[in-house]
Amino acid sequence: MGKLANSFHKIAALNQAMEYFQDGMTIMFGGFGGVGSPPALIGAILEKDLKELTLIGNDTGFPEIGIGKIVSRGMARKVIVSHIGSNPVAGKLMNEGLLEVEFSPQGTLAERIRAGGMGIGAILVDIGLDNEMVIQGKQQFILNGRDYLVEPALTAEVSIVYARKADPYGNLIYDKSARNTNPLVAMAGNYTIAEVEEIVPLGALNPEEIVTPGVFVDMVIPTCGVNWKWAWE
Amino acid sequence: MARRAALEISPGMVVNLGIGIPSLVPNFLPPDMHVMFHAENGITGMGATPHAGEEDEALCNAGGFPVTVVPGASYCDSATAFGMIRRGRVDLSILGSLQVSGKGDLANWIIPGKKVPGMGGAMELASKAKKLIVLMSHTDKAGNPKIVDECTLPLTSGRCVDLVITDLAVFKVSNQKLILIEHRNTSSVEEVAAKTGCTFEVQDNVKKVAY
Repeated sequence: MGKLANSFHKIAALNQAMEYFQDGMTIMFGGFGGVGSPPALIGAILEKDLKELTLIGNDTGFPEIGIGKIVSRGMARKVIVSHIGSNPVAGKLMNEGLLEVEFSPQGTLAERIRAGGMGIGAILVDIGLDNEMVIQGKQQFILNGRDYLVEPALTAEVSIVYARKADPYGNLIYDKSARNTNPLVAMAGNYTIAEVEEIVPLGALNPEEIVTPGVFVDMVIPTCGVNWKWAWE
Repeated sequence: MARRAALEISPGMVVNLGIGIPSLVPNFLPPDMHVMFHAENGITGMGATPHAGEEDEALCNAGGFPVTVVPGASYCDSATAFGMIRRGRVDLSILGSLQVSGKGDLANWIIPGKKVPGMGGAMELASKAKKLIVLMSHTDKAGNPKIVDECTLPLTSGRCVDLVITDLAVFKVSNQKLILIEHRNTSSVEEVAAKTGCTFEVQDNVKKVAY
């Protein structure tokens, strides 16, 4: 970091970030199949050996990639995701009754997270109306003669995201498809921690290119870099 | 199957491909055809698989595998990627399936008690892409038909399939009716009928094709 001014007191170290994590909490995570998930924060959650977590994000990664590492070690009580297919351990835990899985269609899930971040209570979607498992327990709503499902918005106590660059205000830009759910998740956390590859001075990011305004980001920590081996490697 | 599916793609289309056989479809397109391949994680304009050693871990398709991008490509967040799907901006989706009914219902996300991968983005793609093509083997490993009268597996989406391409035949679904339009030259209408779990119409001048 060097002499980078911490004008907004948002730049912090990993151990300071970990003060925000405890057993039984709800954590929302950015990433899609592990791509764009924050490795240092996931590593520190593993080390802290948290229990009974509720995790919200696109998927359960792979057993040793991304959030999958936390799920595979049985640290989650519940996940709200669109699929678990790439993490057989999640499937096994689910079948053994050790993990509750709430499946949400992927686009519905992304939009529920976005709605949470936007301060909206729920969204109306016409996806999944043909599916008994999707409609189960959900309110249906007729608007202008068309059927919709009421899908509640999602927020979390803490959101963890991964970005390419941040400035001291927490303005974020992402790296190619590692953006994925990160901008949505960043908005939906009551407290949002961004793990980033590079912290640049205020004014170094062009206001036109900023994807997540720093208003949504409470803490910025430097990353250790991806510390897992990708499925394709 | 992938070669046959490639014939359904025309220049300028926005196309989303599922994992497995559908992901092979671009290999059969003319190299100068401008098509925008869309991925749910937030890419419009995916290109070929990178050469070994040139993979970028921040540039992957919805299955988590490295891709490249073509000139004119863009990145977006996943909510926006699904907005493109729900608003009908995706012209064509090509998916694999477990079962398809003669009326065009699709069941491809769960085998209760056995395989529970989750639906991922299949529900949005199936119900909102302008055209949906299913690529799948004609029968399962035990030889049971995968094209059936009524899906016994939970539906991904009802009345959504437009074209079914199997290793034996090509059917279109029109007004909830299944119509055989082509079969492989190594097969016959009789063989297709024997291996299909519902009745279907046979189009006049049904084509025999090699694909």
